[in-house]
Amino acid sequence: MSKVKKEWNIVGHKKIFFGVSIAIMLIGVIFNIIFGVSLDINFKGGTMIRYSFQGELDEEALRASIDGQLDEDFELTFSTGDPAVQTDEEGNPVLDEQGNEVMVPTGEAILTMTEAMSMETQEALDAALEEGYADNRMTKITSNSLPPSMGQQFFIKCIVAIVLASAFLLIYVALRFRKIGGLSAGVMSLIALLHDVLVAYFVFVIFRIPLDENFVAVVLSILGYSLNATIVIYDRIRENRRIMSSDATIGEIVNTSINQSMTRSVNTSLCTFIAIAVVAVLALVYNLSSIVSFALPMMLGVVSGCYSSTFIAGPLWVCWKERKGAKEKKSGKKAKA
Amino acid sequence: MKRVAKPVFFIVALLIIALFCTAVFGVYGQYGDRRDTYIRGAADIRFGTDIRGGIDVTFGPVDSAENVTGEQVERVKNVISQRLVLNNITDYEIYADTTNKQIIVRFPWASDEEDFDPAAAIEELGKTAMLEFRIGDETEVQEDENGDPVLDEDGNEVRVPTGELILTGDDVDSATALYDNSTGQSTPVVQLRLESSGTEKFSEVTGELEGTDETISIWLDNEMISNATVNDHITNGVAVISGGFSDFSEANDLANLINSGALPFSIEVKSNGVIDPTLGDKSLEIMVMAGIIALALVSLFMILYYRLPGFVAVIALIGQVAGMIACVSGYFGFLQSFTLTLPGIAGMILSIGMGVDANVITSERIKEEIRAGRTIDGAIARGYDSSFWAIFDGNVTNIIVAIVLMGVFGPPSGLWATILKPFLFMFPPSTTGSVYSFGYTLLVGIIFNFVMGVTASRLMLKSITRFKCLRKPWLLGGERA
Repeated sequence: MSKVKKEWNIVGHKKIFFGVSIAIMLIGVIFNIIFGVSLDINFKGGTMIRYSFQGELDEEALRASIDGQLDEDFELTFSTGDPAVQTDEEGNPVLDEQGNEVMVPTGEAILTMTEAMSMETQEALDAALEEGYADNRMTKITSNSLPPSMGQQFFIKCIVAIVLASAFLLIYVALRFRKIGGLSAGVMSLIALLHDVLVAYFVFVIFRIPLDENFVAVVLSILGYSLNATIVIYDRIRENRRIMSSDATIGEIVNTSINQSMTRSVNTSLCTFIAIAVVAVLALVYNLSSIVSFALPMMLGVVSGCYSSTFIAGPLWVCWKERKGAKEKKSGKKAKA
Repeated sequence: MKRVAKPVFFIVALLIIALFCTAVFGVYGQYGDRRDTYIRGAADIRFGTDIRGGIDVTFGPVDSAENVTGEQVERVKNVISQRLVLNNITDYEIYADTTNKQIIVRFPWASDEEDFDPAAAIEELGKTAMLEFRIGDETEVQEDENGDPVLDEDGNEVRVPTGELILTGDDVDSATALYDNSTGQSTPVVQLRLESSGTEKFSEVTGELEGTDETISIWLDNEMISNATVNDHITNGVAVISGGFSDFSEANDLANLINSGALPFSIEVKSNGVIDPTLGDKSLEIMVMAGIIALALVSLFMILYYRLPGFVAVIALIGQVAGMIACVSGYFGFLQSFTLTLPGIAGMILSIGMGVDANVITSERIKEEIRAGRTIDGAIARGYDSSFWAIFDGNVTNIIVAIVLMGVFGPPSGLWATILKPFLFMFPPSTTGSVYSFGYTLLVGIIFNFVMGVTASRLMLKSITRFKCLRKPWLLGGERA
């Protein structure tokens, strides 16, 4: 290790970093236009019921039996699971003549509707399917039903909550960093935050995950996390303005501060990334969809948070300060003249 | 400079290990068949419906919610609570949203019931029970259209009351168990308040029956819950049922039963979610495994990269995990146990990763100071002092986030939801509780991060560096001598 630590000129290369971010945003927007984004049932309302079954199933017959129970339009999709040991009605394994367990294919039938389903209808439907498809051990594993109006209202609530949290954070940063121009620092960090929120959103778009409550949890966590990183840098800037010589330009101060905080940013992000990546990988392997939609966007959001606080928030603030400085100089000259 | 004595490290570390062991394993006493829980361990954690299966339901008024008052919503909440208990479901969560006129109920799959029918259970909760006051207690066998007796599930004949109907649930305002001291002796009674609709009828009947042997019986869904003679002519709509209660709880039970039949407005299921218990079994195991692996990897990184401060950080991190488990399980007497969901566990794991931040910031500072040629004690002191505000600010931002999360996804009457009410009052509450748990684990994670990552770490590092063999700049991130 060399004695003199080389300082990276991040502020000087800001155009490259801004470019990378803009490119990522563009890719995300393009995906968004192509794929669109879907909302989870808790946000858009409607009904979703998952039934599990084993053995071969006549999909058309199932469709017809459901149609007989429901007045409304519905959609039925199927997914296949891993083969499992065939079980009888009591849940005991079925044995063949040699006394071995029999493996049969398994699957899930997923029923979706755009309207809420009443309890009476659900009860009748469950009973009809569990009886009619007893040989397939048809059982309901999850169901979820709520009126679309309720879902929409809740969705709006979540969006308001994100805006509200951003406002609180902005106020806090503005108050804490009054000395170095708190409001501008707050606004710049907010742009970096928006960057991270968009990255998390694009993960939902690109991986075709419907936006659910986890989206809000991820977005808010990343807000807090990324701002935390930005604050550490601002804290350094505040300190370095006292320590460094008065000749130092704002760009130099910020650049030094970013460099001093770099190892910290990388290491903390690495630890957070490791922790959440373990969750994401295990959730993917075992197909825990409710956790995948949390861990995957969170994992990439952490990377984005590290990137944006290091390469975006600081340099952007320098741009702001330099422009403001230039303006002041101009107006100053005018005043003299 | 204040010195920290050598044994402090061992004391702090031992306290943390003790907290960890008791928080994970709990402390139990076994006397024969009796098992006493002194300290609740991880096994006592109440898991959410997404892990052990269960039901989330939102009830709302059948007709327009405009005329429904918040007080009535609270009463419906009480009625549903009583019905849950009557159905042997004690481990439930119930919240009244008085703004949106909704009642949210969450309860786990009844573990001992093999073919539990969730749809039927939900219907049972929301139905408007039939409360009737009749004259006399005669019953007859119910017959179907063909004149055959109707049989219940167990094959017994169903009997229905035949006495003249006086009042129904609509005529009853409330029932309360009280102590009556008027006779000089304190006896438990049930005080009945009638709506104006029932007062006149009740006055008429009690006037007729006063002093006779004829009784007034109270029926809930054709089951007699009380039968009493009439001692007074009741004209003001406030009746007292006395005698026959051996203790206060018996009177209270009757009051509850009467109240449970008296829903102030008809309710229906607005939203419902059912999760089969088999779905969650596996996920808990996977998440626990993920947590252990994550903790191990992060610990390894910290020790390899930061050496001595890294080692201290790992002990602090274990303390933080223990603290989070303790806050969830109800380890501390003053904190209630908190339902833990899958996102809640994910939040704990996330906190493991984020929790090292305080130690990373400080260790980096110490390293800088050492490399700038400071003494070991000076570097540690300055490292902690100069990094405090950055850690503080960073944690405050996370606390803001956790509070917003808990306010949005938590129960409508919760502390955080109340604080955020000026902003979010017009919106309905979350229909599932899974993200609320995440907000909570995040919040307690941050608090314990302060305690462990800042205070405990500082004490441990200052104390452990008093040992001569550990007073080496290299161990604190300096160049190898």
